Amino acid sequence: MVGITSYGGYIPWQRMDRMTAYKAMGWLNPAAILPGERSIANYDEDSITMAVAAARDCLKGIDKAKIDGLYIATTTSPYKQREDAGIIGTALSLQPTIRTADFTDSTKAGTGAVLSACDAIKAGSAKSVLVCASDLRKERAGGYQEQLYGDSAASLLIGDTDVIASIEGSYSLSYDFSDSWRTDLDEFERAWEDRWRRDEGYEKQLTESITGLLGKYNLNIKDFAKIVIGCHFERAAVAIAKKLGADPSQVQDSMMRIMGDSGAGYPLVMLVAALEDAKPGDKILVASYGNGSDALFLQVTDQIEKARDNKGIKKWLVRKKMLDNYNKYLAFREEIPMDKGFRGEETSSSQLSALWRGRKVFLGLWGSKCKKCGTPLFPIQRVCVNPDCGAIDEMEDYCFADRKATLFTYTADLLAYSINPPAIYGVVDFEGGGRFWFDITDCEQDEIKVGMPMEMTFRIKYVEHTRGVTSYSWKAIPLME
Amino acid sequence: MAEGIKDKVAIIGMGCTKFGERWDAGYSDLIIEAFKECLEDAGMEKNDIQAAWFGTCFDEQFCGKSAVPLSQTLKFPFIPATRVENFCATGSEALRGACYAVASGAYDIALALGVEKLKDTGYPGLPEFARLVGTEMRMVTPNFTAPGAFATLATRYFARYNLKPDEGKKILAMVSSKSHHNGAMNPKAHLRREITVEQVMSAPIIAWPLGLYDCCGVSDGSAAAIVVRSDMAKQFRPDPVYIKALQISVSSGIELMHSSYDGTHVESTAHAAAAAYKEAGVKNAREEVSMAEVHDCFSITELVTMEDLQFSPRGKAGDDVTAGRFNLDGAQPIQSDGGLKCFGHPIGASGLRMMYEVYKQVQGKAGPRQLKDVKLGVTHNLGGVPQTNICSVLIAGL
Repeated sequence: MVGITSYGGYIPWQRMDRMTAYKAMGWLNPAAILPGERSIANYDEDSITMAVAAARDCLKGIDKAKIDGLYIATTTSPYKQREDAGIIGTALSLQPTIRTADFTDSTKAGTGAVLSACDAIKAGSAKSVLVCASDLRKERAGGYQEQLYGDSAASLLIGDTDVIASIEGSYSLSYDFSDSWRTDLDEFERAWEDRWRRDEGYEKQLTESITGLLGKYNLNIKDFAKIVIGCHFERAAVAIAKKLGADPSQVQDSMMRIMGDSGAGYPLVMLVAALEDAKPGDKILVASYGNGSDALFLQVTDQIEKARDNKGIKKWLVRKKMLDNYNKYLAFREEIPMDKGFRGEETSSSQLSALWRGRKVFLGLWGSKCKKCGTPLFPIQRVCVNPDCGAIDEMEDYCFADRKATLFTYTADLLAYSINPPAIYGVVDFEGGGRFWFDITDCEQDEIKVGMPMEMTFRIKYVEHTRGVTSYSWKAIPLME
Repeated sequence: MAEGIKDKVAIIGMGCTKFGERWDAGYSDLIIEAFKECLEDAGMEKNDIQAAWFGTCFDEQFCGKSAVPLSQTLKFPFIPATRVENFCATGSEALRGACYAVASGAYDIALALGVEKLKDTGYPGLPEFARLVGTEMRMVTPNFTAPGAFATLATRYFARYNLKPDEGKKILAMVSSKSHHNGAMNPKAHLRREITVEQVMSAPIIAWPLGLYDCCGVSDGSAAAIVVRSDMAKQFRPDPVYIKALQISVSSGIELMHSSYDGTHVESTAHAAAAAYKEAGVKNAREEVSMAEVHDCFSITELVTMEDLQFSPRGKAGDDVTAGRFNLDGAQPIQSDGGLKCFGHPIGASGLRMMYEVYKQVQGKAGPRQLKDVKLGVTHNLGGVPQTNICSVLIAGL
């Protein structure tokens, strides 16, 4: 039996009421309006950081040393050449001796990665493959995509041991159907007429892939507890299911009113939400969309209850900050020229040789623990800082990424450059020992108190445009209970 | 057996430019302005200088690296010259070098000169710090500024001593307001305006909880000193000022990485002060130190420094501030020239400017700001931020 052995998700902290965008830009396209809210990544997030967040959720309590494959699905990788899986694998401290690939160019890349992971397990080439699907798409101001899209990510661990939802079968379709597309130089997506997309694309192709799946395995659609359809036309998704003989109650909530269509991650985020409520014996159908469609048929096992551990989407939905300022949304997505000032424009060069040498520290949040006196230290050190010790070269590696912390002190700095001032940063004391100072994110100034519990999150440190280097590191955020 | 520096070296000439936004002057103009006054004060010729220590911090911004900018500006005839830097403790570092040079007997007459030209960056505040911490540290530390880093000292101090923000800010405001009273009387100071406690408390926030008037001026300037061995000093003037201690202490890493640091003081200041008092033979700093020029880059720095220098007991500096102990007419005047707060803070020059005030006070030349019975003056020159720093404590007097 091959299938999902763990699942995880991530939705960013900020939400924007779609009316906020409409009030700002509705004068341009009065018809471009949808109800509800959409999720918005913070200025220090991208598809890679969101994938890491979803993966960390998925990997809680999992022995990471056993993972021997990492597949990343995205249409919005920050690089055309620099494997996302390399960055994400290092951030997660997976073994370097793993098979990796980035699946890209289509919003059905997530299911494609899942199917390839299954194939690898079945073939015996791997035992445990982590799949992450994540997109952060930029939308033109006042357009329909701005209303439609949202930011989120999902992560699934695929294996053949302690399977919680087996992947029983699939039916794939590939069509060069360019209802939305981007060239390698395009910053924004281009899209054809919406009604053509819905009628000729979503409705026809999702119907074809689901019908194909049902026929291939001789399945009755009424037997599915949940039908997960990656379609941002809420009514069309239900219509497809009804036409195939399902009841609307079987259709998984599209999350359009609370999140939005999040691209490659979208069908898998919806799947994770379905798994959070699933019971042993449930059959789940998942269909992705994008230049074709993959339809998958899953069977939930009795292992599902043991695997819950508060993983998934629900907790992120509760953690919510409304972004009332439409201009901030544009600024965070670098869509408007901002007066950063000369201070904001001064960036140092990024030394890639130093980034490589220090990758365990910068990407993985590793430090050291003195074998002589037991003091944990961040970052990696060769000389013990304990004034009563001072041992040289008696260290072992020690990871801080999943350690909780307490806020020792902080400031909210209006002089330091930030796209979202004030720049909040402070010193944290890690549980078990170790102290350092970090930028603090996903937090307003009035929410911070000395002594509050914190945890760490993987974010963009800075983007150096002159040399095209995105540097990642870790920041502190308030502990999510 | 090492004996320390006490009474081995004397300052026989000093100079200091007007500090401020010197749009009229480049670094070489500032060097020459300080040097000319210093030379005249010492009654010497330029070619009497046998060796020089040159202090600058942000070399990238103005004069470039090495000691060449000093030597080429002053056209020294191929004498030994060394550039030193230790963040904001640079000025004191230059003085240390010159003092040790003559104390060792290697030279008779040495110059220490510090200069900084901060106002060519094109934006307010200090130059961007990212480059300063090095390319590796930059990957893990926050995007901090000086006000922000020192603000964390205030946040923790308030939390530890149960001060509500308004209560804490009021004590800090008294610190700044006191310095402004002194600076207003100092023609060389950058900022020369009296300000009230209310004005300080209601000033715009720079890095919470520090506001505009909790932060020192960003200034251009230069200061210089000429030193000789004590046994030669009276050949040059009847009133030399003698070095009693030259101590420096550098962070070990505990402030950044170890929970033994309590975040409410500056560890290196405590170490440097203890060493300086030992070197100078000071047993009770609160009683014996007549005046001090401390590194009030931010009001909170001055507050905790009163405790680190052993003028106030731990946690009680606020009481002493409120009682007026450190005012010009108080028992232990601090920042009689306005301090970094008002005189300004051209980084490479500040340590020497502090000694300039001690020097003038000991010689009775401080005009309307003259203190009575000045026997021992302390300069406290702190480079870096509370999390990682260098502190220089120098003592001079009769």
